[in-house]
Amino acid sequence: MQGPDNTGIREFLIEKVIKNYSGIFDQQTSERLTRIRREKVTVPVIYIATGTCGVIAGALQTLAAIRKFVLENKPESEIVETGCNGFCSNEPLVDVQLPGKTRLSFHNITADKVEDLLNSIFHHSIQGENVTGQYRFPGLEEWPNIRAIEQHPWFLHQRRHILKNAGIISPFSIEDYIARGGYKSLYKTVLNYPADKICEIVDQSELRGRGGGGFPTGKKWKLALDTAGDRKYLICNADESDPGAFIDRAIIESDPHRLIEGIAIASYAIGANNAIIYVRSDYEKPLSVLENAILQAKEFGFLGENIFGSGFKLTIRVKPGAGAFVCGEETALIASLEGSRGLPASKPPYPAEKGLFGEPTVVNNVETLANVPGILENGPSWFKSIGTKTSKGTKVFSVSGRSAHTGFFEVPMGISLSVMINQIAGGVKNEKALKAVQLGGPSGVCIPPKDMETLMDFESLEEIGARMGMGGLIILDETCCMVNLSKYYMEFLQNESCGKCIPCREGTRKMLDILEAIIRRPKEETSHETLERFKGVVQLENLARVIRDTSLCGLGQNAPNPVLSSLKWFREEFEEHIFDRRCAAGMCHDLRTFIIEVDMCNGCNVCQKKCPENAIIGSVKMPHFIIESRCTGCGICFDVCKFSAIYFK
Amino acid sequence: MVIQLMDHIFEKYSVRKPENLIPLLQEIQREKGCLTDEIIEKVSVFLNIPTNKIYGVATFYDQFRFRVRGQYHIQVCRGTSCYLCSSSYYLKEIEKVLKVKSGSVSRDRKFSLEIVSCMGGCSHSPVIRINDTFYSNIRPGEIAGIIKALKEKTV
Repeated sequence: MQGPDNTGIREFLIEKVIKNYSGIFDQQTSERLTRIRREKVTVPVIYIATGTCGVIAGALQTLAAIRKFVLENKPESEIVETGCNGFCSNEPLVDVQLPGKTRLSFHNITADKVEDLLNSIFHHSIQGENVTGQYRFPGLEEWPNIRAIEQHPWFLHQRRHILKNAGIISPFSIEDYIARGGYKSLYKTVLNYPADKICEIVDQSELRGRGGGGFPTGKKWKLALDTAGDRKYLICNADESDPGAFIDRAIIESDPHRLIEGIAIASYAIGANNAIIYVRSDYEKPLSVLENAILQAKEFGFLGENIFGSGFKLTIRVKPGAGAFVCGEETALIASLEGSRGLPASKPPYPAEKGLFGEPTVVNNVETLANVPGILENGPSWFKSIGTKTSKGTKVFSVSGRSAHTGFFEVPMGISLSVMINQIAGGVKNEKALKAVQLGGPSGVCIPPKDMETLMDFESLEEIGARMGMGGLIILDETCCMVNLSKYYMEFLQNESCGKCIPCREGTRKMLDILEAIIRRPKEETSHETLERFKGVVQLENLARVIRDTSLCGLGQNAPNPVLSSLKWFREEFEEHIFDRRCAAGMCHDLRTFIIEVDMCNGCNVCQKKCPENAIIGSVKMPHFIIESRCTGCGICFDVCKFSAIYFK
Repeated sequence: MVIQLMDHIFEKYSVRKPENLIPLLQEIQREKGCLTDEIIEKVSVFLNIPTNKIYGVATFYDQFRFRVRGQYHIQVCRGTSCYLCSSSYYLKEIEKVLKVKSGSVSRDRKFSLEIVSCMGGCSHSPVIRINDTFYSNIRPGEIAGIIKALKEKTV
């Protein structure tokens, strides 16, 4: 795939590129490198993002259409599958690079648009729409009137280090990664530094765990290094089960070798010869990408025995998880790897002292490890120069829900929430008003619009009672019901509670009962029954506090967060549900009251026929009427009415 | 018969350690479609772990199932993003068309329905997956048509 000079590519990359400390190459080497990096190409190259998000958007159909077009018109072209560059909502993403011209990036290229697009490009003209931008490169002719890709609002505020290669290189090619500076840090590490020096460098960089806890990574490593043990383990936690967060998946799918390099350096630093990547089992694509990356790294001698002749050996195994949210907690993850139920254990002892099979074990998140090669390459002071006083470096966030654009992006720590939402994500979809931003998954909190200027770092978030978690942002607009969302999260957590400790197992069930009572429709019940149903409401906050204070692991301790924060900022909404029995957003179906607008109804009789409760009366060609006491609020009449005569309040 | 066919899987896990339990069950399930009492007993003898422990593990994790999936396995995403885009509405729609509750298999074994926590396609919600095909950004009314078409399709 690399053109005519494919021979001896491995030796070339290892001897001339990785082992070159200075980073200054002679002309012959740098020319060959630009060809491997595809910065200058001799044949047309078409790139297509085929990550999970791309496949969901129809990238495989687009790929098939591209293959067909290329075969018929430009058989010499090269087709490269890349990972997603983060602009997920506008997939399928297609890039095209012609010899001597800059690389162009397009979005929303569904299969039917392929032919027109490629035809026009090969005739050196492009239509304005669907163009994201062009990658400028010295010595290449630029396309006229097209902005650089960094100028696109989605990319403008980003600072991409972990995602540097995302969407640009092929995740299936180790050569691509090495040509862009990969595995150099590993080489430097194993040959030049003792293990404790690496721990020190990472400690100096003030890198903090990205999985939610924010524990200083260097300190964790040092603890594991200093603990005596026969076999030490490094576990990479890729059990990303927060609904609404897909950062780990994005990193693995677009740049797997960065993670492998990070794991290798971390293993060296703690003295481990065994590393395990625990991947969520639903992540089929990341699993196959990782397996392939490990094979390639082995072939190149970056894994296995005697790495770079240093005597350091390492095996990395990929273990698919079996599907349990609680296994994102490190002690539960370890229990799962030992072959038992994924139940968390009380800490201390911390896994760094006594972890997998009783040996010192470090559990790090994917993003944490993906930061490591960069720190080693550029030095801890470089890393420290990015971010705020207490939170250094960059952070990848994923954004979904009701924003104009969704996907994932990398920004320096300390950027304000409003920049991320209004500038990068393009604000709220359909120009609705922003209601809240949910950050940190089911154990995170809702941030109200008044706190939009909050800076995104560990401390500022703590001040407003929020936590960063994995970094999954969910944008909620005015049509979202906070009570319903609280119920949704509680339902999720109740389902995923492992059942080991009582506060979490029973407490979340009780809280769910209370929330369900709030959004249930008052059917034919006496006032006493209604009172009974709402008995728990006054206890909701107390109950939440007990669960938070007495649960064993993070899942339980953080379980009441969504409810508590919604109660704090959106109390009126809860009160509206309880006292007025009304859901303004219309998400709580049971509480909807449907009314037929007499002037609009022409008596077509459709709603009456469809109503499962026989709650609609009226004769043909006469305005109909809904009997409120019979109506269950299912909304079928609302859906079937062709004359917009039915509305709800 | 079933047991004989499993020998090649057991061969891979020659080290009979308890930590091999989950990978072993995963691999057997991949091949057989589901776990059965017979399989659990066999694994129990092989790894020297009591069957009740194995049932304990197998029922703890969402991935393991004791019933074969239908020919068309439908997964409805219930991540936050999909939930906001009323994925529960689509779930009800599917349940209505198929007359199958989530977590079960239709009588003719053609369809099985499952709610999954998050497929990672939050940018294209709501997401529904039927075998290996993803359906994203679905509009109301669309899904019933898709499933009816599958229903009528004979193999």
